Amino acid sequence: MSAHLDGNMLGGELGELFTADITAATGQCASCGTVSAIAQTHVYTRAPGLVARCPTCAGVMLRLVRGGGRAWLDLRGISCLELTPPAQP
Amino acid sequence: MAGAAVLGRLTWRAGTVTSVREETATARTIVLNIPGWPGHRSGQHVDVRLTAPDGYSVQRSYSIASAPDGDQVQLTVQRLPDGEVSPYLAQVLAVGDPLELRGPIGGWFIWEPAPAPVLLVAGGSGVVPLMAMIRTRAATGTQAPFRLVYSVRGPGDALYGEELAECQRRGDGLNVAYVYTRATPAGWPVPPGRVGAGVLTAPGWAPDRHPAAFICGPTGFVEAAADLLVNAGHDPRTIKTERFGPSGGQS
Repeated sequence: MSAHLDGNMLGGELGELFTADITAATGQCASCGTVSAIAQTHVYTRAPGLVARCPTCAGVMLRLVRGGGRAWLDLRGISCLELTPPAQP
Repeated sequence: MAGAAVLGRLTWRAGTVTSVREETATARTIVLNIPGWPGHRSGQHVDVRLTAPDGYSVQRSYSIASAPDGDQVQLTVQRLPDGEVSPYLAQVLAVGDPLELRGPIGGWFIWEPAPAPVLLVAGGSGVVPLMAMIRTRAATGTQAPFRLVYSVRGPGDALYGEELAECQRRGDGLNVAYVYTRATPAGWPVPPGRVGAGVLTAPGWAPDRHPAAFICGPTGFVEAAADLLVNAGHDPRTIKTERFGPSGGQS
């Protein structure tokens, strides 16, 4: 049995940081070039933070660590993020 | 945008339990009133946070089971034997209790009312967000053909059995196929087994009909079902998946 979840579960954490929904955004994997929705990434939670890997090559695309009222977000595994800006009031 | 656009960042908010409903021996539905709830879309989830008096807190994701309905949100929680959160929600939480949560969450695993056919594939409590889609379809009078393939261990584990049977009796275009993996009802025509290609490509549901597919369940189930659909000829771009598991994410 695989130990991963998927990027749908990142929505709450990222939704506290950004107004746009990042899970529906598509990201290009910096390792293999595959474009996938962030919701489709494979997310590993048994780590000091959350680690999202490319569903094609398993390259690390996103890492998020929270602690002490701070957040560290490492996106160097995503070469481009395409998203829909939030609707304006 | 249908339902409600989520404006601004998510914040934790307090809901109050207005009723609870036992669904099976190990699952129940919690009905919450959440003042100021911005509305939701079917398929979305919330994060629930429990905090102990000493400050220790733990959070889990739970899919919303209900169609949009003002400030009311329903969650169905399956109790996990070793769970840290689900036993409290499924056994201890009572009417009148507060519950801290944030949401609605998710903009990808979403069904917006539309006429195109929809194939839903549920493993266990993975049926919960798919039930929100079925209820939203009914509430909006959408005529889209729906088929739910619902894998459960045995007859006593199926959520929403009466409601799904009633939907089928109405004959309004929802078709439900159960797959029993451990024990079948008496007289069931096939022995227990896993979801196979046959049930996913039933007459009228071939890939050339281009249904939008939503698969939700434990990781292994979701990946097996998605592989079956792709191998049957479904375009991977028409398949949306949501995995849950006991590893600290959705419970």
